[in-house]
Amino acid sequence: MKYIADIINADKMAGRSRKYKIIFSPQKFYACEMVLEEEGVFGDVSCDEWSFYLLPLDDDIISMELPEFFRDYFLEGDHRWINCVARALQLLNSLYGPFSKAYGIGRCAKMSYELWRDLEEESESDSQGRKPEIGNVFLMDRDTDYVTALCSQVVYEGLVDDTFRIKCGSVDFGPDVTSSDKSIKVLLNSQDKVFSQIRNEHFSSVFGFLSQKSRNLQAQYDRRRGMDIKQMKNFVSQELKGLKQEHRLLSLHIGACESIMKKKTKQDFQEMIKTEHSLLEGFDIRESTSFIEEHIDRQVSPIESLRLMCLLSITENGLIPKDYRSLKTQYLQSYGPEHLLTFHNLKRIGLLTEQSPGETLTAVESKVSKLVTDRAAGKITDAFNSLARKSNFRGISKKLGLIPRVDGEYDLKMPRDMAYVFSGAYIPLSCKIIEQVLERKSWLGLEEVLRLLNGNEFSVTESAGEDSPAWESQRIILTVFLGGCTFSEIAALRFLGKEKGYKFIFLTTAITNSARMMEAMIETKA
Amino acid sequence: MSRARADEEEYWHSSKFRAFTFDDEDDELSQLKESKRAVNSLRDIVDDDDDDLEKVSWSGDPVGSISWSIKETASSSTSSLESRDSSLQKGYSSYSAFPKQASSYSLSSLFKGRNKLPSFQSLSDALSDTGVKNYAPELRRPKAEYKDYSSDWSPKDTVRRMQRGKVCSLERFRSLQDKLVLLDEAVAGHDGNIITAVLIFLKRTLRKEILFQELEVRQVALCHLIHFLKETGEQKLLLDLLRFLDRTEEVALSQYREHLNIQDVEKRREFLKGCIGLPFSAEDTSHVQDHYTLLERQIIIEANDRHLETAGQSEIFRKYPRKASILNMPLVTTLFYSCFYHYTEAEGTFSSPTNLKKTFKIPDKQYVLTALAARAKLRAWNDVDALFTTKNWLGYTKKKAPIGFHRVVEILQRNNAPVQVLQEYVRLVEDVETQLNLATKYKCHDVVIDTYRDLKDRIQLAAYRCKVERGSAEEEKIDSILNNTQIRWKN
Repeated sequence: MKYIADIINADKMAGRSRKYKIIFSPQKFYACEMVLEEEGVFGDVSCDEWSFYLLPLDDDIISMELPEFFRDYFLEGDHRWINCVARALQLLNSLYGPFSKAYGIGRCAKMSYELWRDLEEESESDSQGRKPEIGNVFLMDRDTDYVTALCSQVVYEGLVDDTFRIKCGSVDFGPDVTSSDKSIKVLLNSQDKVFSQIRNEHFSSVFGFLSQKSRNLQAQYDRRRGMDIKQMKNFVSQELKGLKQEHRLLSLHIGACESIMKKKTKQDFQEMIKTEHSLLEGFDIRESTSFIEEHIDRQVSPIESLRLMCLLSITENGLIPKDYRSLKTQYLQSYGPEHLLTFHNLKRIGLLTEQSPGETLTAVESKVSKLVTDRAAGKITDAFNSLARKSNFRGISKKLGLIPRVDGEYDLKMPRDMAYVFSGAYIPLSCKIIEQVLERKSWLGLEEVLRLLNGNEFSVTESAGEDSPAWESQRIILTVFLGGCTFSEIAALRFLGKEKGYKFIFLTTAITNSARMMEAMIETKA
Repeated sequence: MSRARADEEEYWHSSKFRAFTFDDEDDELSQLKESKRAVNSLRDIVDDDDDDLEKVSWSGDPVGSISWSIKETASSSTSSLESRDSSLQKGYSSYSAFPKQASSYSLSSLFKGRNKLPSFQSLSDALSDTGVKNYAPELRRPKAEYKDYSSDWSPKDTVRRMQRGKVCSLERFRSLQDKLVLLDEAVAGHDGNIITAVLIFLKRTLRKEILFQELEVRQVALCHLIHFLKETGEQKLLLDLLRFLDRTEEVALSQYREHLNIQDVEKRREFLKGCIGLPFSAEDTSHVQDHYTLLERQIIIEANDRHLETAGQSEIFRKYPRKASILNMPLVTTLFYSCFYHYTEAEGTFSSPTNLKKTFKIPDKQYVLTALAARAKLRAWNDVDALFTTKNWLGYTKKKAPIGFHRVVEILQRNNAPVQVLQEYVRLVEDVETQLNLATKYKCHDVVIDTYRDLKDRIQLAAYRCKVERGSAEEEKIDSILNNTQIRWKN
């Protein structure tokens, strides 16, 4: 706003008289108007709001393109985007609803749901008597499951995102991928026939698949050898274009795979995955810690080092104070002392914390209550802030069976559960929760897990007015991720859908991955 | 209410009495019964075409409570404003326009026995009749008199309307009570935009200490205010707030954060120096201290080296010209730089690696890693050697490394070390399997051969024969070992 105001004021100084129009998307904030007013340009501009909430990235992915949601809500505690989420829900409800059942977990999920219900009550739309296309909606906060978001992705789409950064459903492939001088921007969705077949696959299967496809393609091309004129004409007019298209896509994806493999071997990817798996399973923690230490010492990548530290912290309920201090010092020495601020942010949001020595939850509670009577109110907020989220990953993992027990090799080509998205080592927590709740059609039986997740769950059945809602719509679930969703989770849920006969539609505030999450925590120039 | 006309002005001006403000919240019985009666009787003179006139019955309560017609158009407000200004025509005045407004004093004497006054003139006549100029300000004014035409939504409804995007003036909520209800309603509504909007209003209309006090117990609103202050860059107020909340560490961090905005190195150094005294936690204080010391050093080194470079005398700078300045780089990068350009310097100089190590207490592991990388880049294999060589008490040299030798090999290989050098270090790798892997990967044939021989693994050795060059010394070596009848092969 200040930037705009400066431009206008500069114009005024220069004597230029212009008309200014500002279009806010998706929402105009009162704070913006305040700044315009303060800068004395409120009268010079006309403001408009363009409520563009939903961007369909694919057949089943809708993004709100609000990457700032994560930092604004989870770090700063600002509820400014909840209205957008509620309106998006309202829009979807009016188009495809009415939703007959709503589940959710997380404070933000609850608030969004309540605001959405308020909006529905106030609006006069009559949704009765309409056949719903989407039957259920599931809202989930990102902080219910940080672990999955922090893991390295190994499904093809996730890897492409981690390596090349997919923006708004398209990606820039540089010369090393296209094996030419140019870089090319490619739209990645189900329209791309090759991509749609490999996107959810584990990377190990992708290469084999692609080479098989190339061979087929070559065979197709070769068919033309034995053709007569008529067949050739047919071939050229109908099939050649499709084959050429496929050829182009194939070479692109093969190039991408090669580029990915090159990058990963350079980066010790194997060892890193091994470390991640150890952290997830709870073995060899000391070894993992020294791997992280070395990673920092070698100045490999500030984002990756941070990510690994956070993963260690979340799975272990905080670093032991000695490790925290030493890793922090080494990080600051390797990547810059200004990251002092980054560490503070990570502590606030609960991603990288220190274990308080010998303190159980009850001890902390009694300390807090004592502070209340002491009227040292500021310290209460400190305590609250540091309590952010007590992660109980190991307990949850055990209760839900997130680490699959494998006898022999885990078959990645014919996966039998969602763990394949992480090479069979770990079933994403968020997806597992959704699976369980949908199976039970409620939160019954999950009380222990909920306690470890810090509660805030809800499950509401709207009175749809129909006694027996359409069967098909009950199978379709709108999954709402508040704070971002990773491609691995999308792949896992697609798999679940195929297994159980559901269809998931994904609504997320933004597509995210571990790198984006870490970058959101780094304090840049004001 | 009383009315003044132009020719009455004099009268009022001459009066000893001044009107004063009463926040007349309640419309209960006024103490000045006489005034009430007077006003009542004057009512008839009022022009009735103005809807905004409020009618009060003096028997007790105002007629029909506040019976307004709420006009959405601006015209009525402006017209009422005008009419206030031109009291001449309309004959009623608002409180704000006429501070000297007053009601009659001791009107009983004026209006004795009179219930109706047919006209304005008669009032003045009446006044002049009696020859007494009396005046007393009315004590209680009906609440509605102070109300503007605008709509009268409750806090809850205001929040609702704001959520729908309507522009609502919050100015009406003047009591602290109302403000807090408004804030709590906004928080309950979950929309952060509204919460911030209410906070903007509260910030403007409340003294900060009061605001802070109320926010102390309202966590959600507090977060919003802090975020808002951060975004608008109101550093001073933010720091005041954090100090009030006793969040001393955040005060320190918030101030420290400002250094990111300072481009000029000298200014930044000064700023950082000032930051050292801030209330950080103990470890953070040492980190900030290190930051300052580091920048100070970097400034010195940079100045020095720039001089050296331009002078063109130093060989190292000629061969490897600097690609970037060392300012604001992390410590490890600075160490690398120092190991690269200033390796041989004595501990006393600012730019020597050992000095850096000592000043910043860099652990051995880190030091060796960085020095290795730097010397390897320069292909200074002797220096690399020296890094790992220690003399034990018997005077024998031994090679030791605080990092695994596999790492050493990797770094050497990345810098294209010659095979002999590589081989030497591959031999030092402790784990046999890793050793084999590395040796095979980097084609350190001798190591492989020797290892297979030590493992007494004939099959592998024979298999490896194909990997070496035909007719090479290694092939011969393999052959001689394979033909060695003294070795008891495993397989």
